Amino acid sequence: MNIKGNEARCTSCHAGYGWKDDSFDFSDETKIDCLVCHEQTGTYKKFPSGAGHPVSEPKKFSGKEMFYPPDWNRVAQSVGRPQIENCGICHFYGGGGDGVKHGDLDSSLFHASRDLDVHMSPEGGGFTCTRCHTTKAHFIAGRCYKKPAFTERKSLIDDDMVERIACVSCHTETPHEPGSKRNDHTDKVACQSCHIPEFARQNPTKMYWDWSTAGRMNENGKPLVKKGDLGKAVYHGKKGSFRWENNVVPEYFWFNGTMEYKLLTDTVDPSESVKLNKIMGSRDDPRSRIYPFKVHRGLMPYDLENKTMLSPKLFGKEKEAYWKSYDWNMALEAGMEAHGLDFSGEYTFVETEYHFPSTHMVAPGEDALQCLDCHADQGRLAKLTGFYLPGRDKNKVLDAIGWLAVFGSLAGVAVHGLMRKVLAKKRG
Amino acid sequence: MEKNECIYLYTRFERFWHWAQALLVLILILTGLEIHGTYSLLGFETAFSVHNFCAWTWLVLYVFILFWMAITEEWKQYIPTFQKLFAVMWYYVYGIFKGDPHPVPKTARVKHNPLQRLTYLGIVSFLVPFQLITGYLYYYYNAWPQLGWDWALRPVALLHTAGGFAMLVFLIVHVYMTTTGHSLSAHIKSMFTGWEEVEDTAGHEWEVKS
Repeated sequence: MNIKGNEARCTSCHAGYGWKDDSFDFSDETKIDCLVCHEQTGTYKKFPSGAGHPVSEPKKFSGKEMFYPPDWNRVAQSVGRPQIENCGICHFYGGGGDGVKHGDLDSSLFHASRDLDVHMSPEGGGFTCTRCHTTKAHFIAGRCYKKPAFTERKSLIDDDMVERIACVSCHTETPHEPGSKRNDHTDKVACQSCHIPEFARQNPTKMYWDWSTAGRMNENGKPLVKKGDLGKAVYHGKKGSFRWENNVVPEYFWFNGTMEYKLLTDTVDPSESVKLNKIMGSRDDPRSRIYPFKVHRGLMPYDLENKTMLSPKLFGKEKEAYWKSYDWNMALEAGMEAHGLDFSGEYTFVETEYHFPSTHMVAPGEDALQCLDCHADQGRLAKLTGFYLPGRDKNKVLDAIGWLAVFGSLAGVAVHGLMRKVLAKKRG
Repeated sequence: MEKNECIYLYTRFERFWHWAQALLVLILILTGLEIHGTYSLLGFETAFSVHNFCAWTWLVLYVFILFWMAITEEWKQYIPTFQKLFAVMWYYVYGIFKGDPHPVPKTARVKHNPLQRLTYLGIVSFLVPFQLITGYLYYYYNAWPQLGWDWALRPVALLHTAGGFAMLVFLIVHVYMTTTGHSLSAHIKSMFTGWEEVEDTAGHEWEVKS
């Protein structure tokens, strides 16, 4: 799945404000919408498939929600520093809906309780996004893709000009009371691992998305929609089957802040789940920490001959668009053509994984994980091997010998004592 | 048995360090096994804190004990000897069942038999320091890189575990051995009062020599 070929829809958030066709210059900085980040009336709404533009006259979106043209004067005069609403309107709805992509970013953060997010909640820190995502001439800190969100772990006490704020910037590398063993964890365990015990703690997040089942229509010939018990669609004729979850326990991996991305030109091996992004880092890397992730799994189209992932054209008025004809062959052909890439015509759906680091929805301290959540046999770090984790790891042979010696000596003294007693009685 | 008389064998501080160590070793084994993941009782964090508190307590106590040993010359009670060692071993394997008298009765100057001497010397000069050293290495794991040590935690953790098992085995046998006095509770009683009832207070030829 990719923006390319679907620009008119995706560019309502993704870069490409005012996109019309392939002649759009994505490097032109004047084609950035100032208002979406800075207006403060809350009335500036983009039409979902308008390439980032609001409507110029009242218009309905897919026969449901009505969109009205903005009151330009009011909107323009309201500009100020971005608030949670400005950022959230895109970032909470990534992937085409609330909580689809990120497990730690959804509309529940617009008015977060302290339990949900100690930083963003008005009862907590009352932070806006830019409190941590510091900016410098519109370069916003904290992206976490190819480059780490921050490269140096510095507290603001060490350096008050830190541009990319991380947990340690305010909390330091020894955030717990002096002498606490918890402080000894910060060289290997990210703060997030204990302090985000679960994500999607209020709104559900999409955990699984199977595109292969898409295309079923209801009796009116419209895409079939089935609602699940979390109030979210578990099936949509346009998109396939989904699984939504609440209070999701993250998966944990060594992470140095960088990801490696599968490209449409990369050949992939679908015999195991294709990692669309690979988490970089290892225990031996001093920059790596154990970090919590949402792993979004699914089934996505794959070219059987070229052995690459495929990107369909989903959106558009053309008949090739999947959401027009519901024909994967045409949609994949058109989608790959938009990329200038080959499609063999042979496709299937393969299992994929996408990893989202969790860093928002930091819970109050009292809700953080306890020792036993990891220091136990089947704890949260059961899958992270290659190091000795007290409470989890044992040497089976040593334990066997140890217990044999313990129970052997218990049995030995029991027999010895019994013999003493019996023989003493015999002697009279 | 009519010749029995009481001798003052264990001084106040000696009795104190004995029971303090008994308490410490018991708590350390219990909390250690909990940290090891054997069972859940106090909760990992409490077990961990109690374990460390006991470790510090023992370290301090250990220093006091060594000091006491040195100035009271009680360390001489722990000089190892092989004389009568096998006689004592044979007594516990065989003679005790026949009701034979102990080959090395306690006297004021020889409060420990050769087997005890060897065992306690091993405990005090090897096992306890071994547990203290491996334990503190374990505790200060995070400081290793600063000291330039590129070690893995596993061997240290396993050695400490092995020492813990050894301590538990000692504890079991030691507690059982207290029942081998002239009555089941005689030895335990003397460890509380300091007074031990003995049959013969005469010196021993092997002790006289040392």
